[in-house]
Order: sequence, then structure tokens, then C-alpha cells
Amino acid sequence: MQELIRKIIGDAALQVGKVRLDAPGLVENGNAVPLTVSVESPMTEKDHVKAIHIINEKNPQPHVISVRLGPRAGRATLSTRIKLKDSQQLIAIAETSDGSFWTGTADVIVTLAACVEDRL
Amino acid sequence: MNALASVLVELTAGAMLLAVAATAADIPAEERRSGYDFMSRELKAMQDDEAANPGMLAVLDGEAIWQRGEGAGGKSCATCHGDARISMKAVAARYPTFDNAIGRPIDLEQRINRCRSEHQQVAPLPFEHKDLLALAAYVAHQSKGQPISVTDDARSRPFIEGGREIFKLRQGQLNLSCAQCHDDNWGNHLGGAPIPQGHPTGYPIYRLEWQALGSLRRRLRNCLIGMRAETYPDDAPEIIALEFYLAWRAGGLAMETPAVRP
Amino acid sequence: MPRTLIKVPATAKRGEIIEIKTLISHPMESGFRVGPNGVPIPRDIITLFTCTYNGEEIFRAELSPAIAANPFLSFLTIACDSGTLAFHWSGDSGFAATETAAIIVE
Repeated sequence: MQELIRKIIGDAALQVGKVRLDAPGLVENGNAVPLTVSVESPMTEKDHVKAIHIINEKNPQPHVISVRLGPRAGRATLSTRIKLKDSQQLIAIAETSDGSFWTGTADVIVTLAACVEDRL
Repeated sequence: MNALASVLVELTAGAMLLAVAATAADIPAEERRSGYDFMSRELKAMQDDEAANPGMLAVLDGEAIWQRGEGAGGKSCATCHGDARISMKAVAARYPTFDNAIGRPIDLEQRINRCRSEHQQVAPLPFEHKDLLALAAYVAHQSKGQPISVTDDARSRPFIEGGREIFKLRQGQLNLSCAQCHDDNWGNHLGGAPIPQGHPTGYPIYRLEWQALGSLRRRLRNCLIGMRAETYPDDAPEIIALEFYLAWRAGGLAMETPAVRP
Repeated sequence: MPRTLIKVPATAKRGEIIEIKTLISHPMESGFRVGPNGVPIPRDIITLFTCTYNGEEIFRAELSPAIAANPFLSFLTIACDSGTLAFHWSGDSGFAATETAAIIVE
């Protein structure tokens, strides 16, 4: 996960702030965890969010999704549903047009269904 | 009354209370709650938003199949039933239902298959087939918001009672009955999961565990495996009896198809 | 054509920020699951989603296996002109799907 973060931000500093990662604190099933990322930004030509990356801590792969946007978005926000293998931390990194990186996190507890079947 | 007599009266009263508790009371109508009520805010939102509900993809598939001509005659569901929004309104809410022609109850999927073989002259679809689920989802979606209301008459009663017996029966390696969780312990937790009352309000459901749409049959199979009990073959009379009882037991609750469940 | 469900407002005021919701039928098989016979199930996912507005790309998403089955993506854009929003998904095994939606901006 650290490697992926380094790959995204390079030598730049990762500043905490501006990024809000909304995910449920506890989910009944890790197969479809809804989440929303919103980044504070005027979304003008001069000052906007270029990209949002979502990274996870404990899945087999750290990368979840990367989105590219621009001033035409109006507001920098993304909603999707993700798979989480286990209770873990989610990290969102926003890349702004001035080359800086901002981050926000969320912790999710994943519980399992009680009655499952034999076939997949 | 002397002391002995009053003790005897108390003991008898106590024994009677125990006897009542042991027959696991049905959930009274005013306490009936759909599995929806036991879900998190986020899952409720996923179900409610028809643009985000993954089960809606199957409903759209079902709509396409409804229009599709099948078999030598090229008849589609629409050929006989026209606009499903009108012809199928509140239909699924009455299933399972007693089918006179075959002399026993059938569920929605079986009814769809009978239409296919009798009226479209095409082979019935296997249970859990994507197209059968899509059609069932499309038809049941036309009952969304309608109260579940199955016919409980002289012909149906033996099957509903048969289903009730299975529901109350202790089964499997855990010697557990459906009633012990879903009548006696709904609202409590099993592991991290809230125990719902077990009403079939939104079938076919999009179950997150399956990452797909599935039938009540499939869900019941999951329950039985979870209980470490023998599962029934898909066309077993026990399954339809259990489905009939469950629908009767859910009377008054609104249909939600396609529901989302964990 | 895989089933898709797109929600775009039919009309909008110029300059209004509108919400776009997209849903597509796809198993998003992660490649990390093992089948009942012990054989790993091969990966099969959508890897890329793009949205264009009158031909210009306004949103792009690179998806990894962690995205849930039947991927749901919701984002915003400023309603600038009437025209067409085009949605394109691509992925493993040559998977490709395209959908369009019209919008009237007044």
C-alpha cells in the first residue's frame, strides 16, 4: 500500500485535509461497500482536482479506483461500491491542479453473513 | 385457600406459561417487519435508489424478455399479457397460489415456466437461470408496494400448515428450527449479523453475498446449509410448502422487489 | 450488449451541476477467488470507464478488482450545452460497452 501511495505522490508531501471519505463504519457484507469521496475545491481552471485515488489496506491489491476529472465536474465527488476483504482502513488521495496531494481516510468494520451456501 | 393449594395454583399457572412459550408464537401482524428494517442506512439507500439498485438490471432484462417472441409461434409474454405494468400489478403479491390444473400450489417461477411450456411451447427454464430470475424480477417488481396477500382457503390450508411444521421443526446437526431464530430471536444478532424475521418481501433479491440476483429457493438452501441441515431438491414439495407458509406469515407486508440484502 | 442503467436528467439549466449515475451488469471477478474444485477463478473485470459530453471527456475511471460486481459509478458535471453524453466501459477479454443519453440544456 505504501508503495502505491509513493507511486501516486512521488516526492510530494501528502497533506491531510480537504478530502472527505464517507463509508459506513460497519457493513453487513464486504461484497458491496458503498462509499463517497468529496474534495473541497472551487473546481476552476486555475484551482481544481485533477484526480482522486482510493486505496485500501488489506485486500490482495491496494488499488481500488483512480478517477480523472477537471473543472467541468463542478464539484469533485465520486460515489461507487467496493469489495472489502476484511475490516480495514480506506485512504483517498486527491491530486490538485497545483501539483499538491491531499488525503482523507475512513475505517470500515466488515462483518459476515450468518447463513451462506456451499456453491460459490 | 391454604398455602399448599396456592403453591399448586402458582405451579400450574407457571407450567401453563411454559407450555405457551414452548409453542413459539407467530409474530403478531403489528410487529411484522421486513428484512429491510434490519439493514443499515446505506443498504436501505442502495435498495431505494432505482438508479443504484443492482437488482434493477435484472428487472430491465426481464422487461426485454417479456417482449421477446419465443418458440415456433413467436409468442411473447406481451402477446397474451400486454403491458405488464397493468396485467401483472399485484400478481406476485398473491404467490404462491393453488394451481387448479395441477392440483397443488406453485410459486411465481413455476408459474412462469408453466406459461412457457403450455402457451409459448418452449422448454421451461432451470431454477436460478438468469432469464427466469429476470422475468420473475420484472413481474414481481410490478407488485412493488403491494401488500403480500396469499389465499388461505380449504385447498391451501394443508400446504400452509405443512410449511409451518417445517418452519417449527428442529433440524440438522445444530438441532435448530427456523422459528428459533426468526420467531424467537429476530432483532438479536447472530455473529455480527442482525436476525431478521425472515419474510420473503423482495424476491428475487440481490444478495450481496451472492453478488447476484437469486430466488427464495436459493436463500432457503443457504439457510438450511447454515443450520447444517439436509437441503431439499429444488422441486421438492417441502420447498413450496415452506414458501407458501412464509408468504402467508408475511401477510400485509409490502413487496419490495428487487430487494437488496446483505 | 451488457445491461446498463444510466440516470441523467432529461433537462437542466445552463450552468447547473447535474448528477450522473451509471450501473452496468458485470461480474467483476477479482481473480482472487478459488472455485469449488480448488481451481482459481480467472480475473474478469472492467478496467476503464469514460464519459464524454458532446465528444469531450469529462470523467475517466480506472477500476481495479476491488470495485464491486455490477459496477456503480456516480459523478457530477456542469450542464453546459444540449447534446449527448456517451459512456464507454472496457475491460478484460475484450469487454466493451457503450451507452448514450441525451440532455436538453436551456
